[in-house]
Amino acid sequence: MLMAGMDLTIVWAAIIGFAIMAYVVMDGFDLGIGILFPTFAVGDERDQAMNSIAPVWDGNETWLVMGGGGLFAAFPLAYSIVLPATYPLMIAMLLGLVFRGVAFEFRWREPSHRQLWDIAFSLGSFVAALAQGITLGAILQGIHVENDAYAGGWLDWLSPFSLLTGVSVVVGYALLGATWLIWKTEGSSQRHARKMALRLGVATLLALAAVSAATPFLSYDYWRRWFAMPGVVLTAQVPLLVIICSATFFWALRREFERVPFLMALALFLLGFVGLGISIYPYMVPRAVTIWEAAAPPESQSFMLAGALVIIPLILAYTGWAYWVFRGKAGIHGYH
Amino acid sequence: MLGQLDAVTLARAQFAFTVSFHFIFPAFSIGIASYLMVLEALWLKTGQGVYANLYRYWLKIFAVAFGMGVVSGLVMSYQFGTNWSVFSTKAGPVIGPLMAYEVLTAFFLEAGFLGVMLFGMSKVGKELHFFATCMVALGTLISATWIIAVNSWMQTPAGFALNAKGQFVPAGSWWPIIFTASFPFRLVHTVIAAYLTTAFVVGGVGAWHLLKDRANPGARKMFSMAMWMAAIVAPIQIFVGDAHGLNTLEHQPAKVLAMEGDYQPSPDGAPLILFGLPSNEEARVRYEVSIPHLGSLILKHDPFAPLPGLTDFPRDQWPPAHIVFWSFRVMVGLGFAMLGIGLWSLLARYRGKLYEWSWLHRASVAMGPAGFVAVLAGWVTTEVGRQPFTVYGLLRTAESHSPLAAPAVAASLLAFVLVYFSAFGAGTYYLLRLMSKPPERGESEPPGVPQRAAGITPASGVAASPAVKG
Repeated sequence: MLMAGMDLTIVWAAIIGFAIMAYVVMDGFDLGIGILFPTFAVGDERDQAMNSIAPVWDGNETWLVMGGGGLFAAFPLAYSIVLPATYPLMIAMLLGLVFRGVAFEFRWREPSHRQLWDIAFSLGSFVAALAQGITLGAILQGIHVENDAYAGGWLDWLSPFSLLTGVSVVVGYALLGATWLIWKTEGSSQRHARKMALRLGVATLLALAAVSAATPFLSYDYWRRWFAMPGVVLTAQVPLLVIICSATFFWALRREFERVPFLMALALFLLGFVGLGISIYPYMVPRAVTIWEAAAPPESQSFMLAGALVIIPLILAYTGWAYWVFRGKAGIHGYH
Repeated sequence: MLGQLDAVTLARAQFAFTVSFHFIFPAFSIGIASYLMVLEALWLKTGQGVYANLYRYWLKIFAVAFGMGVVSGLVMSYQFGTNWSVFSTKAGPVIGPLMAYEVLTAFFLEAGFLGVMLFGMSKVGKELHFFATCMVALGTLISATWIIAVNSWMQTPAGFALNAKGQFVPAGSWWPIIFTASFPFRLVHTVIAAYLTTAFVVGGVGAWHLLKDRANPGARKMFSMAMWMAAIVAPIQIFVGDAHGLNTLEHQPAKVLAMEGDYQPSPDGAPLILFGLPSNEEARVRYEVSIPHLGSLILKHDPFAPLPGLTDFPRDQWPPAHIVFWSFRVMVGLGFAMLGIGLWSLLARYRGKLYEWSWLHRASVAMGPAGFVAVLAGWVTTEVGRQPFTVYGLLRTAESHSPLAAPAVAASLLAFVLVYFSAFGAGTYYLLRLMSKPPERGESEPPGVPQRAAGITPASGVAASPAVKG
């Protein structure tokens, strides 16, 4: 029973990790488009950018609900420690998502209000991305836990490191957004997206390097995890792959490929995510609560697992179908 | 003023505010999704353009309302952790999986097919599009089922054990956790409420346009459909509500006694208190106006059946009676008003005057928002009636909240109030504007229809349009 419980916990950690990654992959680019929105010309360019995500943003955001809901269900202790610890960030993220979420419909309802909702869309996306990035930093730098509960103040999350991760995520999402638009748009929008992607690609790599360089100094655990033999043989593959993906990214951008830049940007995120996993595992709240300590009882985890194993592939199937339906370039015809 | 409010009160205010706002949208989108499914089915079956027009008319309204439901619902999925972390730790192993299933089986289904439903008619063809509409409607109902299961477990908990950490954990089978004593009643009552809410919105909008132009075919059709719903479903709802009340009396007697304002036990049969001001401090209802024995007749179906009083229960287990007493009366009053409209419409229909009786139309316009008020009043009744517990009888609200300082909770509450009133206020304005336009022959596509480059539009999309014009 104990053995089965441990295995289930690892499976659930993997599922939550997958949900978070799926969220970053899918909502990352549509938040990024929001962040880049002010740089696009009013009119066709903005409408085209909006149309490229309008049919899918809702599904993308559902992965965030899955991450939160899954954490609540499978690791209730982690959920109830991390959320109070990052309280102002969570509230800011949610409010940002409210503004950007309603803007999708509202901006078409009244032309004289459109500029206002475009600002709401952009600012909401920026705030949500920044809050997610700062939360990541806050988790990495550690959370003060006593007696299975958060025991710090309400601004403990604020530090130079967490601000660095915050900005990094904003830049990274913007890169995903720009490369998505290279794929989904044409004409002036695409040229603009290409220009932005080049700058953002450089910025993302700098951010990735800065966060990677700073993380081992947060704690000796992280240092040992990355640089001690023999683990370093494996962990060294991550920066190697980052270099390969970056080179491919810039090459594809120069050759004016339409899809490869987006895929390479995703690959960079994936590698960053693997890097985070290497740093954090086996903790749910770094250096305070392991995944086993945070886990719900095996009865709860197995009950959900039965459904998840059947339903998640189904979700991926119809989500894929929805993307396929809206394949090709996004139109400029908004509406009416 | 804030100095006097503690973190628990503020957290409760925040949850009440965010969940009340949220609840308005699903109450409407559950009903409207089903209505859209019916409209599209009728269009596919009959080929009559009026159904396609109405489908497009309500689809635009649905899109705006659904968007607001999604973002306000996202907030809810994090409220448990941000403001009620102790509750989350303790009840998570039991209710967390149910909520995870809601995400897996409902939210993804709705979201995945919503894009096709809103933007995909010209891309996937009529049949697949209808399938997408059905999936969205099904998703809203599945979602309601899971979240009502969670809520019902908090009201009438069962099937759990307590572990060494003080967590509620499943005792064995999940069946008793999901199918708690109050679950079937609450689910049916809530889903019907959503349908009635939608019927009165549709009826109100139809009536508004009938008052301006009795000949408008879309207005006539939607008004007629809505009035059938009112006439058939309102009586069912009153019957179901009665059964739900009896169930509550059995499992949460203090809640029902607070709703009725019965402080003292009534060994010879309880009166029905029509009006008054319940006061927990004085343990009596001030300015009471009551009808003898009617209370027992309603609750026990026997005028002389004895009923206990709140004073039979420990004082620290009383819900705030002054709130639930009135919220309950608002809900019931509106329920009977809905029944009245339904019967009136039957009479009008029988006389062949359904589209002529302008006072019926005026009353329907006035009752347009009634469903929302009734749903919120009912929700307040059941949730405030659960107090002072989060898990009824087992976990106190005062012991469920996060370790947060009052200023943090107050600031976030203020932010929610400002954002919700501005964002959802604007949304309500857009909804009302959409509703104020009469349904016309050629309803335009929903917003932001993403289109592929010219020349590769599939033939099925082209084939769909002539029927619409017909």
